[in-house]
Amino acid sequence: MEPAAARITVPQAARRGEIVEVRVLVRHPMERAIDAPGLTPRPRRIVHTIRATYAGEEVFRMDLSPGIAANPYVAFRTLAVESGDLVIEWIEDGGAVHRQAARLTVS
Amino acid sequence: MTARRARAIVAAALALAAAAPVPAAEIRPSHEFLSPTMQAQQDDPSRHPGWLWVDEGESLWSRTPAPGRNSCAACHGGIDAMRGVATRYPAVAADGSLLNLEGRINRCRTRHQGEPPHPYESSPLLSLAAAIAQRSRGLPMAVAVDGAAAPSFELGRYLYDERQGQLNLSCGQCHDEQVGRRLRGDTISSGLGTGYPAYRLEWNALGSLHRRLRACSIGVRAEPFAAGSAEHLALELYLAFRARGLPVESPGLRR
Repeated sequence: MEPAAARITVPQAARRGEIVEVRVLVRHPMERAIDAPGLTPRPRRIVHTIRATYAGEEVFRMDLSPGIAANPYVAFRTLAVESGDLVIEWIEDGGAVHRQAARLTVS
Repeated sequence: MTARRARAIVAAALALAAAAPVPAAEIRPSHEFLSPTMQAQQDDPSRHPGWLWVDEGESLWSRTPAPGRNSCAACHGGIDAMRGVATRYPAVAADGSLLNLEGRINRCRTRHQGEPPHPYESSPLLSLAAAIAQRSRGLPMAVAVDGAAAPSFELGRYLYDERQGQLNLSCGQCHDEQVGRRLRGDTISSGLGTGYPAYRLEWNALGSLHRRLRACSIGVRAEPFAAGSAEHLALELYLAFRARGLPVESPGLRR
């Protein structure tokens, strides 16, 4: 099984009040519960939610359809308010929550 | 036409065919065949999912495989020391066997780390290969095809030129003669391996050159060679020879 990991790209530094773009690549195979003769049936395992928290608040949430590609790319913008961790969470079928953070430095 | 004249023409044609060099001017780097969007994405690590594997490879590089064993970094230092290495592979090892990057990584693993080899096409092997090849991104390919590599090179050239499969096609009938035309929703490229391991959208994952060659074999309805086989390695060497002077693009982004 692939390691659960994301690549989160934020600007190296931002000024307070600046709009910053956050780019996220999530590594996830999006198991489709293939159940065919000769294959071992596996439960479906697809990410259904990606959310981001920053400065103690949820700043982004996205519901994904089961047709989402493996290793999806998501980008969104938020307002730089204070230095802190931008935490990305992705939640898959079965309830497992994966989490990774990127540091945003605000001056 | 006299028989003598016909013989002369045939002889001249054969001499031309024998002396004909690889048409280097017509071989173009693979990124030129990508759409502008995909070109930009291939060059942008924040949007290129192949970098997820590069990240994994970098962490494997410095991880100790088992207590008391050396990590890659323990012998080689930082992974940036691998700059330029991918331009020289496949290469012949001291014992005479032809190794590509994956083969070299597994040789290191069995000889110096005392670990079993990673299975071909496994995530750790692809990740390490991608992380190492990425250090040569933009550098010109420069494989050796003389000396010990000559027999493999000749086999590779033979496999490239040989018609294969129920469709009875050779590699060059698409990748030399039809370059730039469309096939199954994609543009036919010069058929170089410089972008591999590459993230292929069709696979939704990173994959090796041998996996890509397998897709070509199936496309012409030929029996595919096994991943890591001598045939694939020889073909990989010949493709690397065709790409001499062209930049390494790994991890590439492909349709």
